[in-house]
Amino acid sequence: MKPWLVDVSVLRRCVSGCLVAGVLALSGCATGPHANPKDPIEPFNRGVQQFNDSVDEAFLKPVATFYRDVTPDLVRTGVNNVFSNLRDLWSSVNAALQLRPREATENFLRFSVNTFWGIGGLLDIASEMQIERTTLDFGQTLGRWGVPSGPYLVLPFMGPSTVRDALGMGVESSGDLLSGMNHVPTRNSLYALRIVEARANLLRAGALLDQAALDKYSFTRDAYLQRRESQIRALTGKDDNEDDDE
Amino acid sequence: MSRGNPGRVPGSDLGLNKWAMCPERFAMQRRVFTRLVSVVFGATALGVVHAADEAPDAMVKRISTEVLDAVKADAAIQAGDVGRITALVDSKIMPNVNFGRMTASAVGRFWRQATPEQQKRLQDEFKTLLVRTYSGALGEVKDQTLSFKPLRAKPEDTEVVVRSEVRGRGEPIQLDYRLEKTAGGWKIYDLNVLGVWLVETYRSQFAQEINTKGLDGLIASLAQRNKSSGKS
Repeated sequence: MKPWLVDVSVLRRCVSGCLVAGVLALSGCATGPHANPKDPIEPFNRGVQQFNDSVDEAFLKPVATFYRDVTPDLVRTGVNNVFSNLRDLWSSVNAALQLRPREATENFLRFSVNTFWGIGGLLDIASEMQIERTTLDFGQTLGRWGVPSGPYLVLPFMGPSTVRDALGMGVESSGDLLSGMNHVPTRNSLYALRIVEARANLLRAGALLDQAALDKYSFTRDAYLQRRESQIRALTGKDDNEDDDE
Repeated sequence: MSRGNPGRVPGSDLGLNKWAMCPERFAMQRRVFTRLVSVVFGATALGVVHAADEAPDAMVKRISTEVLDAVKADAAIQAGDVGRITALVDSKIMPNVNFGRMTASAVGRFWRQATPEQQKRLQDEFKTLLVRTYSGALGEVKDQTLSFKPLRAKPEDTEVVVRSEVRGRGEPIQLDYRLEKTAGGWKIYDLNVLGVWLVETYRSQFAQEINTKGLDGLIASLAQRNKSSGKS
């Protein structure tokens, strides 16, 4: 456990040092009197979100809508299952890193069952067998061991994140099973399919957000930060029962 | 209200003053009378206000089941008919929600500066906004089931969190409620979807709007949002 902790503190220094400095250099640190302390680079983030929205509006959303409309439900479920199955393996690794043997075992069991009995993950037999899925990512693992989230960060193409979660994503993409594929066109097609599938799953959420938010940017930010905080609070075993009502 | 403690009824002291000349007898009679009153009153209270005795998680379970059944049985609601949904919300959900507290707490420190007229409009527009937001999601209600986690609360608690999960296709959706105990039973005053508390999220949305445009500006923005998405 000791070497891991040392690693984390090094990571932490690296995160707050390099990344923040880099991002700050890209944007003016302009903040109004009512700025959110968790979002010191709001003008920059708003710019990126605007960019993401226009990419989404012009390209990703139409493609995802088309994909949703023409693909039979059965096929979509299969595609979803295959990607979720890969996810389960990674969740299992994260559970192990978080010293949560039950979730590590369950997720690994899910992956094995679905890979071998579910034809490479096409069928979700594990869910039929009621083996629970706990999705965990590397950003949560970092949070579990005390790495602070750092400033809110909107990533180009990827959307809402924080400095810590962006770092987690970087580590994850190198551990991604797809990245190990040798045949590049196949690999890239699978990347694209994964993105389109993920976006198609969010079509309804997007419509909901358009209605719910007065300012889509700050709504997304606040919801994202709150959700991540509550996930990590659950991991560290701290109760979120406290009432922050006025 | 005396309902909370039926054993002590104010009238039991006043009505028996004529026995004052015989203290021992008075004491005995008074005990009998008090007990009688408490039994009668207790029995009545049990029948009339059984809602006040309902455990908070049982209440949330009952309402959710009723609402889910109503949604499943009504094609117009599933298609997102805002009128029908509002009627359902008003009849089943609102009686169990302290919506005044929800709005006040979302508006935060500005609430006290608002006139009663502004407060009423804020409540109305906020309610419409939420109804419209969730009405889009009701078409998704099919074979989902609700599972409730054991309530972690002491019997004397007046504020509790009821935790549940919506299970269906994909990952379970976390759905928690904050409830407060009132004379009329437990009332919901906040909702958590996927780890995000509704009131807290809207508090910063509203503050942002009020800081730049004032209270009337916020009301106007809400009204505008509710009008512009009138297509359904």
